Amino acid sequence: MKYLVNVTTLAYKDDKCAGCGRCVEVCPQGVFEMNEKKAMITDRDLCMECGACAKNCDFEAISVNSGVGCAAAIINSMIKGGEPNCGCSDTSGSSNCC
Amino acid sequence: MAYIVEPGLYAVGSPTKDSDVFVTANYKLTFDILRRSLYQIDAWILVLDTKGINVWCAAGKGTFGTDELVRQIRLSKLDSVVEHRRIILPQLGAVGVSASQAQKITGFRVFFGPVDARDIPAYVALGRKKTKEMSTIRFNILDRLVLTPMEINPAMKKFPWFALAVLVLFGLQPSGILFSSIWHPGMTFLLFGLLAVLAGAFVTPVLLPFVPFRSFAVKGWIVGMAMVAGAVLIIDPLPLHNMLLLVSVYVFFPALSSYIALQFTGSTTFTGMSGVKKELKIGITLYATATAAFIIMVVVYKLKEWEVI
Repeated sequence: MKYLVNVTTLAYKDDKCAGCGRCVEVCPQGVFEMNEKKAMITDRDLCMECGACAKNCDFEAISVNSGVGCAAAIINSMIKGGEPNCGCSDTSGSSNCC
Repeated sequence: MAYIVEPGLYAVGSPTKDSDVFVTANYKLTFDILRRSLYQIDAWILVLDTKGINVWCAAGKGTFGTDELVRQIRLSKLDSVVEHRRIILPQLGAVGVSASQAQKITGFRVFFGPVDARDIPAYVALGRKKTKEMSTIRFNILDRLVLTPMEINPAMKKFPWFALAVLVLFGLQPSGILFSSIWHPGMTFLLFGLLAVLAGAFVTPVLLPFVPFRSFAVKGWIVGMAMVAGAVLIIDPLPLHNMLLLVSVYVFFPALSSYIALQFTGSTTFTGMSGVKKELKIGITLYATATAAFIIMVVVYKLKEWEVI
């Protein structure tokens, strides 16, 4: 399933790619594929901005403004300020946990 | 809470110094799924302290993260338990774990295994290689169906407030709150409120890929509109013979369904933050406008009823 097109903040510079294949290994949406020893983007609109690829790219070839794609979290952050997060690990035990 | 597993190193079957090490979260259901998937495999399980939260959510928060992984590898003295230097993490943990940093500090090479623990036997048999299916998240109709109670529940928690407002509003008479007049248009509006919850929190999530357009707000509105129109046609409630109330129902309840459907973005496996922000940017104005218009129409209806205007 695909979400809105042309919104993802995913950016990839293939000249920095060393071809380690970590991005292919970690992306749960199949955004990356290996092609001639370099990573290649298949369809960037599949990206859900989880940030696993950027976190595991040692060559700074990938950047993405990662965060939770969750309306409740984003509305909360609009009201209370700060980054949207789902509050799952709060020790207070939020009942509206993702 | 009884859903927490003590962090640390566990054995499944009779693992040796050469057996694989699987890392997981200390949410009991997660741990149990992994254990069950390792049936007939001798392996080690290293449980991180994620405060009883599943891998994906904990990785997003950073509790299933590089630091905690390093800490548990040291605490469990993993380097003296196994002779090899490799650990297998769930793929969805990659959001919180930098494989190269963990390796630099501990010497253990991180392999991100399949998304779904059930694919572990096949992954091991392939020599720690994943097929494309193993590394992509599935989100089929059953996955969505089991999530719907988590959508209906928070919506229904707010429902009493909506019910109270509706009943007070319709019951209000110049002489006070009249109970006999509460039920007449009031019940109809409560029914449509429930219908909007059903449309946004159940029907839209379950039928997600079959409802046109990518936007969750639009999907929710379409389903809400269809159900409201269907109910108006089939039930033909008497209060809605009043034009003002009929219009107010069409303005408000599909919008309510849309808002509730938008909440489902928090449960999906494919919605990103930028997309949801874009939907909210446009959506919130529309929802506020629809709600204001709805209240104005109902108030005008009441004033007419009281023959004030």
